Amino acid sequence: MTSVLNSLRQLARDLRSQKLRTFLTTLGIVWGTVAVTLLLSFGQAMHKQMLKNVLGLGNAIVIAFPTATSKPFEGIGKGRPIRVTEDDIELIRKRATLVDAISSEYADTLQLKLGTKTMAVDVSGVSPEFGEMRNMIPQMGGRFLNPIDEAQKRRVAFLGNELAEDLFGSADPVGQIFRLHGSPFTVIGVLEPKTQDSSYSGRDKDKAIIPSSTYRALTGQKYVELFIFTAADVQQTVPATDEVRSILAGKIRFDPTDKEALMIWDTTEMFQFMDSFMFAFKAFLAIVGSLTLVVGGIGVSNIMSVVVEERTPEIGVKMALGARPRGILRQFLAETLILTAVGGSIGLLITYGICEVWPAGMEEFIGIPKVDTQVALLTASLLGLIGFVAGFFPARSAANLDPVVAMKMT
Amino acid sequence: MKLPLAMTTDETIIEMAAIRKVYDTGKIKVEALRGIDLDISKGEFVAIVGPSGSGKSTLMNLIGCLDTPTSGTYRLTGQLVAGMNKDALATVRNRRVGFIFQNFNLLPQISAYENVEMPMLFGGVPRRERRRRIEELMERVGLADRMEHKPTELSGGQMQRVAVARALAMDPDILLADEPTGNLDTSSGGDIMGLFQNLWEQGGTMLVITHDAALARRAARQVEIQDGLITRDTGRPEADSAARG
Repeated sequence: MTSVLNSLRQLARDLRSQKLRTFLTTLGIVWGTVAVTLLLSFGQAMHKQMLKNVLGLGNAIVIAFPTATSKPFEGIGKGRPIRVTEDDIELIRKRATLVDAISSEYADTLQLKLGTKTMAVDVSGVSPEFGEMRNMIPQMGGRFLNPIDEAQKRRVAFLGNELAEDLFGSADPVGQIFRLHGSPFTVIGVLEPKTQDSSYSGRDKDKAIIPSSTYRALTGQKYVELFIFTAADVQQTVPATDEVRSILAGKIRFDPTDKEALMIWDTTEMFQFMDSFMFAFKAFLAIVGSLTLVVGGIGVSNIMSVVVEERTPEIGVKMALGARPRGILRQFLAETLILTAVGGSIGLLITYGICEVWPAGMEEFIGIPKVDTQVALLTASLLGLIGFVAGFFPARSAANLDPVVAMKMT
Repeated sequence: MKLPLAMTTDETIIEMAAIRKVYDTGKIKVEALRGIDLDISKGEFVAIVGPSGSGKSTLMNLIGCLDTPTSGTYRLTGQLVAGMNKDALATVRNRRVGFIFQNFNLLPQISAYENVEMPMLFGGVPRRERRRRIEELMERVGLADRMEHKPTELSGGQMQRVAVARALAMDPDILLADEPTGNLDTSSGGDIMGLFQNLWEQGGTMLVITHDAALARRAARQVEIQDGLITRDTGRPEADSAARG
């Protein structure tokens, strides 16, 4: 016990007496930790944010826009418009085995009136499945469209969060009534704010969503603007798309090999792109991080070996006074460990601090950086290990010198 | 001026026989010691004199176990030093010998108190005991009021007195001083010599290497070295108290 206290006492004394080198070594470890953890925190935040942005559009959905034929079929020339009705969508819903969910979408800009306010609003008529597929999450106290709304052609609306704010300000919109295309509608829910970096017809926050049956009755529109579906297996969007196309081709008579009759936007391709992008991005971060660590490590090793060189006479004196070689080595180890622990903690605190004060305005692009504690600990330990190895070998050779030789080295 | 006889007993502290030390730098071999026989008993005050390069510092380093002989046998307080491992040698240096160097070899960044404390830290002396001992020693060397000073804030004479206190910290069997007055002015050198005399009279065993004829004369026994061999040894003084004046 006494000897442990004694070595701690010696250690405290040595660290105190070597302020500059203590400072420099600590600085090296602090810098390395901050650089690597910050880099990785931002990288991870970006990845998460990109994923979130993509999910804002929908959860691995395929979007299909009916256009016109590009091949002649059964005696009719190419260029015939493809018109898809709700019955066709219902047929796909029943027949397609590779499709998990499907929703039509009818869309137009309609006139909305609330008291004295009149405005033009993008309105979509959709099925209840649309909500989950497009990540339309209602805020507390509200809900998305349900099958009863659809079946009974209820005049209810789910509003984008910004549209709701424009209309009702800070008041609770749920239960409020406004007029759309001349008919009264009740608000049943408001969109939970989400980030969305891509869309096919304006951002969801500005839209009013109503049941497709209500929409058709209200506007007399027969044909869908587009429809979205998800594959039962996310990896199988291509065969699912082929299945959808062939069912439609059989029903409304076009060449099933005519890829242009339906314009397809497969959002899972974005995921694939993002995966390879993130792989490259992470590889880049890993390289930069490793280089930073190597540079930091070289700094720490340099300092440690200079320290040992500088302190060889001191080691000699200590050995002349009865210090054991093992004790001297142990002291160097303890010093390195303490410096690493202190430097690593300071580095972590700085990183946490930077992440804490990071301006929220940047969130849409790089998200909210969050410190990965494991990475930070690993970084600090690696730097400590480098410092220890760099200090250990010169310290060992100094401790193995005859004291009289060590004392004379300057 | 008769002084009370310091205790000289038959207890032998140092026994050296046929000690040789060769420095081999690869190209040149330098024979620093060429066969030294030397016995020193408890309570002796021995001065080793000789021109520079004669091998006297080498001898002192061997006696203090700071260096190892090329051949020959060396017993320190009856223990054979050859073949001891590094830890055992460290213990010997810690317990058996106290060093005083020409250039003091104090650690510059820590206080006089902490310098004196150092051998006791290595020796595992409990904290309270260390404090008591440091205060006693600093009192003895006349620096009780300088304990918190750093070496750089002390004069040469004061630094050497701190070094003496440090050498005494573990109550060693023998005090080894290598040119202890070499870096001091005449008056500080005189102080140190007085201190040594004092320690000897209190029963200490002293071995001093010196150029200083005055210091050498204070020793009861003088050993002269030239070219790695002992050329003159006044021998143990037995009852020759005149040598102590």
